[in-house]
Amino acid sequence: MKKHLVTLFLLISLSSFAQNGAYSINPEDYNNTSVEMADVMRSNGKIYVVVAVVMTVFLGLIIYTISVDRKISRLEKEVFSEKG
Amino acid sequence: MKKKWWKVLCIVLLIYSILGALLFDAPRLAILNETIRNLHFHVTMWFAMIILLVTSTIYAIKYLRSNRIDHDTLSAEFANAGVLFGILGIVTGAIWANFTWGEPWSGDAKQNSSAIALLIYLAYLVLRNSLEDQQQKARVSAIYNVFAFAALIPLLFILPRMTDSSLHPGNGGNPGFNAYDLDSRLRMVFYPAILGWTLLGVWLVSLRVRIKRIKMALED
Repeated sequence: MKKHLVTLFLLISLSSFAQNGAYSINPEDYNNTSVEMADVMRSNGKIYVVVAVVMTVFLGLIIYTISVDRKISRLEKEVFSEKG
Repeated sequence: MKKKWWKVLCIVLLIYSILGALLFDAPRLAILNETIRNLHFHVTMWFAMIILLVTSTIYAIKYLRSNRIDHDTLSAEFANAGVLFGILGIVTGAIWANFTWGEPWSGDAKQNSSAIALLIYLAYLVLRNSLEDQQQKARVSAIYNVFAFAALIPLLFILPRMTDSSLHPGNGGNPGFNAYDLDSRLRMVFYPAILGWTLLGVWLVSLRVRIKRIKMALED
């Protein structure tokens, strides 16, 4: 109970801190187009997000293929050097 | 990874073609809309499949001339990879058809005959597994392989063109993509994509062939 009260007071004090002006963020700030933000990923219907996902999948598969390739190379070394 | 330049080329071509397919300007066509970009994925699967299956048949003939079991191994693995690309081609085709033809499987001549062709090749893989003796397996499946390829070409390229009901581009009186929209800008992505996916297929073939060679060396 005591813990909850402390949390409650903390929250109240936080909100009063936010309301004192200097640190407040207004809803308009989110629509402020005069400030340049990193919006490439949101342009063109967010196609770049799809590009990033496809590339991640593709590169993951390729890295896996390369690791299989390396494992086989090691096996080849073991097997064929023993024989030869 | 010995002799790895072509694997690097494969990765570079595929990265380029995926980025190009998704981001480059595409012709604005009715019904197709943005799905024209599937050209670089769906159609390239079939091109890669044809190249892999041709190679498989060449190795089958080579085996019949030489009786070297390594040629049979190569022939079988090229067929395996070819069937993989064929299945990807037919599934992507169904997805594309769902949104341009109205349903995933409309019994279109192109769809039916490519399904038959794939079943013939699946039977090849089953046939291989059903024979015990190595030389017998190799000889029977090499001969079957040649006949399967002889059936593949008319099934994919001739019979669908003789119908007048196929919706697939290039069939049933429809113009092929090259007739009106495979322009030079699409080709700049399309051809590298074919080479890239084919090289990926060859890479996967080489991995499985190397595993088989190790297995055989261990059995000896």
